[in-house]
Formats: sequence, structure tokens, C-alpha cells
Amino acid sequence: MAISVRTVRRPEGEVSYLRATLKGMAVTLSHVFRPKVTMEYPEQKSTDDWTLSPRWRGTHRMLTDEQGRAKCVACGLCPQICPANCIKLVPGEDEEGHRYPLIYEIDEFRCIFCGYCQEVCPEEAIHVGVHYENAEYQRSRFVYDLERLCAQTHQVSTLWDPSDPKGE
Amino acid sequence: MTPELKGFLLAATVKVVLVFSVWMVGVMLATWLERRGSAFMQDRLGPNRVGPAGLLQPVADGLKNFLKEETWPKWVDQPLFLLAPLISFIPSLMTFAVIPFAAPLPGFDFTLPMVGRFTYQGPIPMVVADLPIGFLFILAISSLAVYGVVLAGWSSASKYAMLGGIRSSAQMISYEIALGLSVITVFILSGNVTLSEVVAAQQRTVWFVLALTVAFVLFLISAFAETNRLPFDLPEAETELVSGYHTEYSAIKFSMFYIAEYAAIITMSALITTLFFGGWDIPFTQWDEESPSVARFAATLLAFGAKTGFFLLFYVWIRWTLPRFRFDQLMELGWKVMLPVALGYITVIAFVVWGAERVGVAEAPALIGVNVGAVAGLLWGLDRGRLLAGARRRERLAA
Repeated sequence: MAISVRTVRRPEGEVSYLRATLKGMAVTLSHVFRPKVTMEYPEQKSTDDWTLSPRWRGTHRMLTDEQGRAKCVACGLCPQICPANCIKLVPGEDEEGHRYPLIYEIDEFRCIFCGYCQEVCPEEAIHVGVHYENAEYQRSRFVYDLERLCAQTHQVSTLWDPSDPKGE
Repeated sequence: MTPELKGFLLAATVKVVLVFSVWMVGVMLATWLERRGSAFMQDRLGPNRVGPAGLLQPVADGLKNFLKEETWPKWVDQPLFLLAPLISFIPSLMTFAVIPFAAPLPGFDFTLPMVGRFTYQGPIPMVVADLPIGFLFILAISSLAVYGVVLAGWSSASKYAMLGGIRSSAQMISYEIALGLSVITVFILSGNVTLSEVVAAQQRTVWFVLALTVAFVLFLISAFAETNRLPFDLPEAETELVSGYHTEYSAIKFSMFYIAEYAAIITMSALITTLFFGGWDIPFTQWDEESPSVARFAATLLAFGAKTGFFLLFYVWIRWTLPRFRFDQLMELGWKVMLPVALGYITVIAFVVWGAERVGVAEAPALIGVNVGAVAGLLWGLDRGRLLAGARRRERLAA
């Protein structure tokens, strides 16, 4: 024989073709009648076995205060820490000296969903969200402006498990 | 035209059209069965969105492939590249023409305005062409299928496709021999190669699977190899050859290969049913063999469909049970095991038939007795690794 093959020593009863085949067929057939693991997605978004983790880092959400204004104070920490450089922030200041963002845009295509923006935010304003259905018809729609970020309603990511902050 | 000729033409046309359309729907169902069956065997659900239980999924797939862009890789041999899918598709279609699929219908005699009188004397056999050479036709035509695969491999100008084509030619030629030889025993018993006579012989005696189990096993294995299905799908072998001979194909040309594969599976299942499981015969009853009627036609058609459907499922079942053979193992099984066993079995059956006549024992009990022995021998040989030697045994023999 041309090809050299390493052989494993087994008793001949174990290497029997017929018994192995029949056993295999029985296993295959038994699987037909077992409960199916398929999750039928658009109708069913979580099952008993699986649900989206609260630590999931998805598209962003900007939290707002009681007056419905963004909590952001335009401190500039999030564009500073963002490794993908996807946050565009132009700060502004009102008559009373409160800073607020004139422009706050996140390019979700550039974003790598590391969650640093949420971690670094001193005002707990910007958050990554527990959300994944982001399809759009135009590429330009993936740059989320401030209005859109504030309008999101999905749950925000916890980033870490409060009972186990070091992930141990 | 005489009324008889008109009646014959009418019956033939209707049969051809109906068989073709039912059979194409069967191909669709087979792809659905394959995908759903595979899914169920893997604890999945499979395609269940398009139509009830996903039954229209093949239509959607076909439509998609029809609308897709046709690609012509740069160095392909264009005429052959186009011809290959057609060649692989047509043989399985032609093979089905000689398989009887139901009990005969009663003849007809009626007159239509404008076109005149149509008559058909006697029962209408439910087979597209009841050729006297029957199975020989099948052997001749089904061998042509290998050209489709080989030409596809050659004309693609791709090394993987080429390897797939070469593998397939070696494999199909090897297993065709075992396939042909295993069926000889069937014809020894039926005394005729016409498939409707084979069915009739099984109605008179027993289903040949009971009398010729070894031939059945050989035929089954060869049928898997002939249709390039797992565990003999070496011409495709996704893991090694990307997907073998149809790597370079896309759109409707790929679809043709896909249809051809399932068409071949249906034809082989129908053939197994006809040769070994009594064709359209309904077991334990003589009712279906009496004078032709529409009810008998429908019932026997259902029986034939059920048996064929079982073998379609069996194909899927085996596919998800057995891993692919290595090529040298495939050749070894074909030439060193199947061929000698088939030849030996022909000898045994010929002697039993000849001897039973001489001694004056009834043929059927003698055959069943021999069959029990032969099956026991086959199981013994397979089970202990005697007929099919494992790697360890080969090593020991070499030492």
C-alpha cells in the first residue's frame, strides 16, 4: 500500500464493521426523535437554554436626564479613549456655563464595541446596549447622531457582573 | 391514423408527461427530504419557512439558482463545460423509463369530436417503455452518467475538479461491475431481464430480498457508490476536493448537477424497490394482481412510492451514519470483496436452481434455506473482519 498508516491495536470485536455500522445507524435514527435545539430566530429570541447576556456590548445608547436632555457634559473622555476613533464630539457651552455636546456622533461601522466609552464616562451618559438588530438600507444610517442615540430604548450593558467584578 | 395507433400515442404521451412531471416533483421532494432528514438526525429543524413544513424550499432554491449570474471560469472548455451537467442529468431520467411503477390500468375506447376514435386494447402497462431488454438498458444508460462527471472535471480546468472526475470514473466503473453481477442472480430466478417480468416473478414467489439477501446487500452498496453518495462520495469530497467535479459550476448549471444527483438517487431507489422489494406489489394480498382498475393502480402506485421513499430516507440515514471511505479502501472493497462475493453468489444460486430441479425439491424453500446460510456467512465474514480486513489484520498478514 502506497500510503503508510499508523494502526491502533484493538481487539477484532471492536473493529467489527457490521456491529459498528448498525450501532451507528441506531444512534442516527434515535436522534430523529430527540427534541430539537433549533431556536426559530425572528419569532423566538431567547430560550430556556440561551438568552442574550446582560454583559452583551451592542449598539450605543445615550441616557438622558429628567428634562430629556443628554446627560453628556462633552468632557471629551470617550473620543479620547476610543481605540477605533469612531466618536465625533464637538463641545458647546450655554449661558450658565454648562457644557453640552453640539455634535455627538458614533460611527457604528468603525466601532469595535469594546465598551471603553461606557467605562470612562464620568456622567454615566454613553452606554453600549444589549441589542443586536441593526440592519439598515444605507451605509450613512450607521452613523448614529445624538438624537438617535438618545431615542434608543434598549437595555444598557452591565459590562461586568456586579457580584463578580473581577470576572473570577 | 387507426384508432389503435391514436390510442397508443395518447397513452404513451400521457405517460411520458405524467411520469416526467411527477418524477421532477419527486426530485424536489428528495432534496427537501435530504435537508429535513439531515437536520432531524442532527437535532436541528432544517428548512421549515418556505411553504408548509418547508416543502416549497426546493422551489425557492431552484428559482434562486435560475436567477443567479452564470460564471464561466477563464480556462474552461466551454462546449464540454456546458454539456457535462446535461449528460449527468439525462441518464437517470432515461433509466426511469423502464421501471414499472404501478399496476396496469384498464384499456380505453372513446370517441372525441374532431379527432375521432381512440382505442387501447387490454391493460395499459404502467411503465414508460416496457423494453424487452429491461435491465440491460439500465446498465447501458446508467454507465453514461460517468461521462457527465468526468467531462465536468476535465473541462473545468481546475485540479480539484479534475481529481474528482478521475476518482469518479474509477469508482463508477469498479462498482458498476458489482452492480451488474449482483443482479444476475435476480434474473436467474425471474428468467427474464424485463423489469415488469421481475415484478411478476416476485408476485408469484417471494420478494427477492428474502431469497437473495446477499445480492441485495451487494446491490445496495453498489447503488450508493454509483450515485456518489456517502460513504462513497469521493468525487465530491468537500473536505478534500472543495466539492470535486462541480467546484467551478454555479447558477443553473450547478443546479443541473444537483438535480441529477437526486434524480439518480430516486432512480436507484426505484430500482432497488423493483428488483428486490416486489416493485409495485402490495405484500400479503393477491388483490392487486387481479384485473386492472383505477383503484388498483392508485393503491399500487402508493405502495411503490412508499417503498421508494423508504430507500430515499435510507440514503440520508446512511449518509449521516458512515464516514467517507479512503480511496484505496474504496477500490479494495470494490475489487477484492464485492466482485468475488458477487461472482461466488451467482455460482451458488445457479447451482441451487439447477440442483433443486434435478433433485425435485421446490425452488423457493431451497433458496430460502441457502439464503439463511449465505447471510450467516456474510455476517460472519463482515463481523469478524474476515471479508473486510481492518488495518490491523493487514499488518498482521504482512508480518
